[in-house]
Amino acid sequence: MAVLLAFVGFSQSWSVALAILNLCLISAIMALGVNIQWGYAGLFNVGIMGFAALGGAAAVIVSKAPVTEAWRAGGGYLLVALLVSVGTVAAVVFLHRRLPRGPATVLAITMTIVAGYFAARFFYEPGVSAIEAVNPAKTGYLGGLGLPIILSWAVGGVFAAGAAWIVGRVALGLRSDYFAIATLGISEIIIALMKHEDWLTRGVKNVTGLPRPVPYEVDLQSSEWFISMIESLNGGALSTLSGDARADALHKLVIDGSSIFVKLCYAGLFLAVLALILGLSMRALHSPWGRMMRAIRDNEIAASAMGKNVTARHRQVFIIGSAVVGIAGAMLTTLDGQFTPGTYHPLRFTFLIWVMVIVGGSGNNLGSVLGAFVIWFFWIEAEPLGLWLIDTGTAWMDEDSALRNHLLESAQHMRLLTMGVILLLVMRFSPGGILPETVRHTESDAKPPD
Amino acid sequence: MTFLTEPLNALILLANFVLMPALSYGSQLALGALGVTLIFGILRFANFAHGEIMAFGTMVTILVTWGLQSFGVSLGPLPTALLAMPVGIVATALFCIVTDRVVYRYYRDSKSPPVVLVIASVGVMFIINGIVRFIIGPDDQRFADGERFIVRARDFKELTGMSEGLTIKVSQGLTICVAVMLVIALFWFLQKTRTGKAMRAFSDNEDLALLSGINPDRVVLVTWIIAASLATIAGTLYGLDKSFKPFTYFQLLLPIFAAAIVGGIGQPIGAIVGGYVVAFSEVMLTYAYKKFLVYLLPESWQPETLVQLLSTDYKFAVSFLILVVVLLIRPTGIFRGKVL
Repeated sequence: MAVLLAFVGFSQSWSVALAILNLCLISAIMALGVNIQWGYAGLFNVGIMGFAALGGAAAVIVSKAPVTEAWRAGGGYLLVALLVSVGTVAAVVFLHRRLPRGPATVLAITMTIVAGYFAARFFYEPGVSAIEAVNPAKTGYLGGLGLPIILSWAVGGVFAAGAAWIVGRVALGLRSDYFAIATLGISEIIIALMKHEDWLTRGVKNVTGLPRPVPYEVDLQSSEWFISMIESLNGGALSTLSGDARADALHKLVIDGSSIFVKLCYAGLFLAVLALILGLSMRALHSPWGRMMRAIRDNEIAASAMGKNVTARHRQVFIIGSAVVGIAGAMLTTLDGQFTPGTYHPLRFTFLIWVMVIVGGSGNNLGSVLGAFVIWFFWIEAEPLGLWLIDTGTAWMDEDSALRNHLLESAQHMRLLTMGVILLLVMRFSPGGILPETVRHTESDAKPPD
Repeated sequence: MTFLTEPLNALILLANFVLMPALSYGSQLALGALGVTLIFGILRFANFAHGEIMAFGTMVTILVTWGLQSFGVSLGPLPTALLAMPVGIVATALFCIVTDRVVYRYYRDSKSPPVVLVIASVGVMFIINGIVRFIIGPDDQRFADGERFIVRARDFKELTGMSEGLTIKVSQGLTICVAVMLVIALFWFLQKTRTGKAMRAFSDNEDLALLSGINPDRVVLVTWIIAASLATIAGTLYGLDKSFKPFTYFQLLLPIFAAAIVGGIGQPIGAIVGGYVVAFSEVMLTYAYKKFLVYLLPESWQPETLVQLLSTDYKFAVSFLILVVVLLIRPTGIFRGKVL
């Protein structure tokens, strides 16, 4: 893998190679989260996109400066609406627990929900229109907390975990394909919320210019120590030049160097998070807890007969895995420097991660990381590769033949096809993936009784 | 006089914006859900590639339609796509049979758990997605031609003197007629023919069906052909009614699954009822009732807001909410699902 990245570094540019590496690292964390759910416990969650988007929203909410004017204009209304909603949910839960089952209870609960909905709407609407009227071109939302963005990685995890708790209460315990459909639905709803609740994250107007945890290129280019560092690193090449030519060359080197330096900083941060999560996952997998999860995965009935609470364990592992995905989602938004709900697409954010896990080897954490690297690399490089293939394959055609131009234009869609083929081939011919799950057995397990 | 025309106007308004759209959308969903439910009943997995199969069939139909149009062939008032649809159906059925042979059959023979088949269908989804975008591109395509309306608002107003005009689009009328005919044909097939009975027996109890000498390959083959035909027809009708965009077809997966589960997965009748339940809830919850109430209420009571229960942006949320409620209250769906 390192060789492949180095190859891109030499043939395209180091900046591109590092950009791919950074996304590989983030994808690896997402894949770990999915592996925790699927590899450990056999939960088929196709709502990964939603949890990643929640992480992204966390990045906005934590890092952007609060818009005090908007808070003054509509914050109070929204708080009341929130209180009313929470009160409604509490009332429904209370009614559901205390009243005897029957049509009267159903009626009472329905009426509480309807009344609560309209009461919340009554406060919510003026609040939202007041907030969105505050300087709509620039803000028009409540803003965030103005804290360092790196905190949002943890907050993103918490958001995703919270959402997973709610989803888990509803959907866990269903058959696996129902669970899959329910999670698919939840993720679509989360994206719809992000797109249309402008007061929260500006919706499709996007939030750009998020603060960074690493220095800006412009600052680097004007700082003494960075220029002298680049100078000493490229001493050999620069010594042959002199005067203006030398200054020009140095200037160019500094600009290139600053972009690479920033990407390296990100890579370092991401690597640290990946190492931490990977280490924890490995320990968890080999602990008694991990053995219990595998036991539940392989035989739910036997595990529950042994006194394990299958639903509670499923919920637990679903929450942990989703939190990891949320962390990765926040990191992704941090790297992009902007939150764009319109770009969340289930093929890219849900099913691609699944391909990574299956190809890498479900149940094996290192496998998921490797799968993430390989798949992301091909996802990015399939486009130039496909373009090149089509270009050489159709070179015999007329320069302006319609078919050739159509094929060249559509080359970018080749990668969807490639991913599908890779997934099916791996599933069929090597169901364990590149690094299959390894289960450590004790001596007595290994020897079958005579 | 006004006390009679006002409610009538309100009803016409509702027919225009709730009844007709929901009926046609519901028919499209029902046809899609029938395919999902058949696959689930016979092959025993939730086919995530169904939306893409619809897109594939529609794409072939569109390409043939364009070909026909360029030769000057048309069906007069009806859209040319109807003429092209058989080609789309054959192509899609062949495609489905090939995928079954290449992909699904192996897992069926090795008795893999259903979730493995679901993941395989995700792989197939990727492939079809790539093919469709590769051939026709990811953008919107319009291919409807012929007459646009069965009943025009202006003609209706002149005829009756109402201030609200009833409109029925050709695509809506067509969708409903085709759906009704197809459903009747499908039920006749499942109830009366030998193959249909074999399919029901296979879905009910696979081992028993095999013991009675039912050929499983034949049952699977027929199932794919039916599912592919329904998907192509549903997709083409949806494309005629709205427009064709690959991503929209992917998103149709959710309401279709919701419809199949709400009605009781594996139950054809449930898929139809589920389709209409989902469509009517979606349309009724996201319709703005302001004008409707303006007709009905005295002037002083008239609403100032749009009186919209849910913003149209949350269409998906509706199908999902229905799904959740059904799963919580009656997980088997309205018609006790799981058998055909």
